[in-house]
Amino acid sequence: MRLVAARLVRLVLVLLAVTSASFSMISLLPGDTVDSVLGAKASAQDREKAREELRLNDPLPVRYVSWLSHATKGDLGKSYRTKQPVAEAIQQRIGLTLELVVLSQLIALAIATPMAIASALRPGKWLDQTSSALSLGMLAAPAYMLAVGMLAVFSAKLHWFSPTGFTRISVNVFDHFRSLTLPSLALALPEVAIYMRLLRSELINTFQQDYIWFARAKGLGTGAIVRRHALRPSSVGVITVAGVTMGRMIGGTVMVESIFALPGLGGYTIDAITHRDFLALQGAIVVFTVGFVIINFVVDMLYGVLDPRTRI
Amino acid sequence: MSLITNGSGAAHLDAPHEDDEGLAKARLPVSNIIAIGWLIALSLVALFADVLPFADPKNTHAGKPLSGPSGHNWLGTDQLGRDLFSRSVYGARVSIVVGIAAVLLSCVVGGCIGLFAGYSRRRADTVIMFFVDVLLAFPALLLAVSIVAFTNSRGPVTVVFAIALIYLGPTVRIVRGLTLNVGKNDFVLAARAIGSKNSRVIRREVLPNVLPSILSLAIVAIAGAMVAEGGLAYLNLSVAPPTPTWGAMMASGVSKLDRSVYPAVVPAGAMFLTVLALTVIGDHLQQRGNREGGAT
Repeated sequence: MRLVAARLVRLVLVLLAVTSASFSMISLLPGDTVDSVLGAKASAQDREKAREELRLNDPLPVRYVSWLSHATKGDLGKSYRTKQPVAEAIQQRIGLTLELVVLSQLIALAIATPMAIASALRPGKWLDQTSSALSLGMLAAPAYMLAVGMLAVFSAKLHWFSPTGFTRISVNVFDHFRSLTLPSLALALPEVAIYMRLLRSELINTFQQDYIWFARAKGLGTGAIVRRHALRPSSVGVITVAGVTMGRMIGGTVMVESIFALPGLGGYTIDAITHRDFLALQGAIVVFTVGFVIINFVVDMLYGVLDPRTRI
Repeated sequence: MSLITNGSGAAHLDAPHEDDEGLAKARLPVSNIIAIGWLIALSLVALFADVLPFADPKNTHAGKPLSGPSGHNWLGTDQLGRDLFSRSVYGARVSIVVGIAAVLLSCVVGGCIGLFAGYSRRRADTVIMFFVDVLLAFPALLLAVSIVAFTNSRGPVTVVFAIALIYLGPTVRIVRGLTLNVGKNDFVLAARAIGSKNSRVIRREVLPNVLPSILSLAIVAIAGAMVAEGGLAYLNLSVAPPTPTWGAMMASGVSKLDRSVYPAVVPAGAMFLTVLALTVIGDHLQQRGNREGGAT
């Protein structure tokens, strides 16, 4: 329990450091918010008024503390540009981004697990060699490049999918998933390689354990051994990596969302950056980083559940 | 950490020589020979592009706009009628230079910090690793995008700095881990016992044992840095036009996919092959490192 508490303290410290770092970074980097709100031609009086309104004249620590105290109450401020509360805008968009992340992780695991099992059962044989070659190829293809390639093949040549456009699930369930197929596949394939290789090597290790020999001696078939005895202890590493990549991917969907013109958090962030929408960007970064840090924390705690040997 | 090269003091004494011999002795798989061949060919072509008989990448009359591959335009043309082959060759320059420079920068800076943290341990280590945790909590690409967008300068130097920052956190963390492990060895203790200065111990004892692992990681990191540069360029945030970059070519190609796939697919293919080549080589080096680590 003391370890858990120590980690919680660290979690809070990291969160404080991350938010204050991004807050100061965004404020200190050149590029004046007032310019992008009012345009460069605004009179000095208007500019001063805007600065006063946005409280840009207060010292940085004061602004950070006031932002933080509001943020803990769920108020991330208001976008200068759209006048929409940042928290509300993020709420509208985060669902799609999370859906993309979860869908792509599920696809990645669904492809990687059978590949890993098949390779680990006969390491070095043709199936193993083919899938390891395939996985290297997938490692080398970043999501945005895959997105471009898929658009070229599946929508420009074969016309299976429309290149952009998004249907809400409330409008049409089939069209909804159809509009997410290419984006989530593009995000999934690079992860397949990582999961495949990790699970394969873990499985090969597990297969050499005594209890697997025992299960075999007991007369269990290969399928049952894999399912009941080998997969669970071998999945610890995969869960860790899945946690880390899911945290990373909340930020990584940015490119894919913008390629497929999906109304997710990624597009919002890019818009915020290009328009120097200070509070919107700060809000988005906070969501990304808090998500990442918390997922990491949960993964740490999950270890114990999955692998009783590491329970604390 | 599974990346430790060698664990015993005896192996250390002649580690550099042993490694050179190992490199000569180990048979290079065909895939690696092809990969190295591609990288050398690409670098040479990109380096000598000005002297080679290629079309001018900025010439909008190189061929009919959005035409497919032909004898005149080997890989077709883009929507402005510029030659895609020559644009891809010139685009390789940006990718190669930014990729190598960013990784070099993050390896030198991150390597020093990581060595210091791993060697000194205690308080300095705790503080440094806290900052690394904070740095790693930022979504990597967003960090780079913000820096380039806010500094409003799209010169190669800004792009290199932004991408180097992405790799700083992971580099510090890995080098620190490697240093911690090497530091446990008797030969490090021995060097300290005979009164060597810390700087000398780091330079003569720790660094040679950490370097091979860093090199194999750096190759994979160059691939990642090229991908990151492509991402920035795709968002129109890398080196400014008219300098061709693979990412910007892809972005403009995507908007014309309904009329021709070549403007998008050619730069994507060039980047894929390059990243694949680096991945294959890095993978081979890492696996060899693992095997050697397991043997000693």
